[in-house]
Amino acid sequence: MAQIGHNISLPERARRIRRHALRMGEVQGQGYIAQALGIADVLAVAYFHATSYRPEEPEWEGRDRFLLSIGHYAIALYAALIEAKIIPEDELETYGTDDSRLPMSGMAAYTPGMEITGGSLGHGLGIAVGMSLALKRKGSRSFVYNLFSDGELDEGSTWEAAMSAGSYKLDNLIGIVDVNQMQADGPSLGVLNFEPLGPKFEAFGWFVQRVDGNDIDALVDAFDKARQHPDPQPRIIICDTKMAKGVHFLEARERNHFLRVEPQEWAEAIRIIDAGVTA
Amino acid sequence: MRRSKYERPAHLIGNAERPRLTTSAMIASIAGADQPTRPAPFGHALSALAEKDDRVVGLSADLAKYTDLHVFRAAHPARFYQMGMAEQLLMMSAAGMAREGLQPWVTTYAVFASRRAYDFICLAIAEEMLDVKIVCALPGLTTGYGPSHQATEDIAMFRGMPNLTIIDPCDASEIEQAVPAIAAHKGPVYMRLLRGNVPLVLEEYGYRFELGKAKLLRDGRDTLIISSGLMSMRALEAAKELRKDGIDAGVLHVPTIKPLDEATILAECARQGRLVVVAENHTVIGGLGEAVAASLMRSNVRPAAFRQIGLPDAFLQAGALPTLHDMYGISTTKIVTRIKEWLDE
Repeated sequence: MAQIGHNISLPERARRIRRHALRMGEVQGQGYIAQALGIADVLAVAYFHATSYRPEEPEWEGRDRFLLSIGHYAIALYAALIEAKIIPEDELETYGTDDSRLPMSGMAAYTPGMEITGGSLGHGLGIAVGMSLALKRKGSRSFVYNLFSDGELDEGSTWEAAMSAGSYKLDNLIGIVDVNQMQADGPSLGVLNFEPLGPKFEAFGWFVQRVDGNDIDALVDAFDKARQHPDPQPRIIICDTKMAKGVHFLEARERNHFLRVEPQEWAEAIRIIDAGVTA
Repeated sequence: MRRSKYERPAHLIGNAERPRLTTSAMIASIAGADQPTRPAPFGHALSALAEKDDRVVGLSADLAKYTDLHVFRAAHPARFYQMGMAEQLLMMSAAGMAREGLQPWVTTYAVFASRRAYDFICLAIAEEMLDVKIVCALPGLTTGYGPSHQATEDIAMFRGMPNLTIIDPCDASEIEQAVPAIAAHKGPVYMRLLRGNVPLVLEEYGYRFELGKAKLLRDGRDTLIISSGLMSMRALEAAKELRKDGIDAGVLHVPTIKPLDEATILAECARQGRLVVVAENHTVIGGLGEAVAASLMRSNVRPAAFRQIGLPDAFLQAGALPTLHDMYGISTTKIVTRIKEWLDE
């Protein structure tokens, strides 16, 4: 468990993560803000309920590893790392600027708490397999979490990794898929149909749960079950999320993979997030 | 040029005198009939390394037997990881293991590492300067199975990858020395592998492998052959042949392709009046030859002439290795002939 801030509710954590992300988006005027708003509840549960880490010691050996395969979701993970006090809050104003520790696409060498370099999609789950094997070799009890996207289900490398994790019975590996139904070229299922997704992972030997990724109680339950599941098999939580969750006028945009947001709209979005803690 | 697949090779059919050379098993030994060899030098060297270093693990993509990693698997079964015929996963999982402090030794064929897994080596391993050693069999033209297995452009591809050290060893003794040397180098390494019964060539020259160093194996007044990998063996054989005709050929062995030992290469090439020939088991595009040429140009060093011996910019034919090496000009005989021609120009 995270050792900080037990008095702050998970919905409040999620609200703050959305707020940090919006403030970073405002620096650039555009970006992958819809993904960040959509995955905020998952990150709140991951960082403030499920995973162990030490904010002052990001490479603490006993930490759970949280890998961001989807490099362009960096804005979302930075928001969570800021909320987790791994990155100071005042750095968010440097997002995407020259010399910043917060580049637009997540890279391990730039940012404390960023475990891998994502961005070339389809890398995360395979790296997670290697880390899970190595942690077992070291006798570690840490979990490896890999957050990846429905778009990454198009990549063959994801399925090489999925088959390997099942074959090695990696019970210390927890995959989290963000099914937000949006890719660069449009709705995910129209780009390449990956359904039925749960049965696919089951057939590959995984313990599968599918939840509303914007329902914090459901996420808490799913993360608990994923960690406590007794059988020797990898675990996956398929999270159906809503792009731009919490900011209705951004939710309403049809093509929101990469959003351009007008200057006055950022303030409005933050006002909406501040107004409704559980909206 | 291949004949049409609709044209029967009538001259071979019903002809008792037809050529007897046949395509051998996947990996033919490159050793000559009377040549001393050592079996599986990589597998034995890695097993010995693992005795001293707990971080060492070995990964295979269903080719342990064909990369000599089966020797390591037998010696250290708990440290052997079978990743399946999945080269992308092979590289990703090695990256994950290296992140956790292990030193993964990853093996497959050079074609698969370079063509299929490039992005995964580049981003997951090299960009992060992770301590992964990639050791690949069938470099260049060392199989008669055709382009699917002939890694004729692996060095060209990998030279463009930042952070990656590239090694092309010549013989069994060099492989044995290179294994601990590249283990001690912190960072990603790509090594071309000769496997099976690997010739022993360099010991008679008092050679020792040093990472990043080119070494003069023999001196010569008339021409200097700059070579790597098995072509250094061929170059030494060619030099002995040329000597019989009164031609004095030197051989500069360059096992580290990147970073290139430019100082030694330039110093040797600056000696006046010699033909410089770069010989490599690789396409003439983007390999050692072009690396040396660019280095000479940048430094205004001008040998009497500069020539390349290497594979053509083409998808190569299937067949028996000796036939193919002759056909593409990398056999000892062909090297001798061409150097004589060039010296006569």
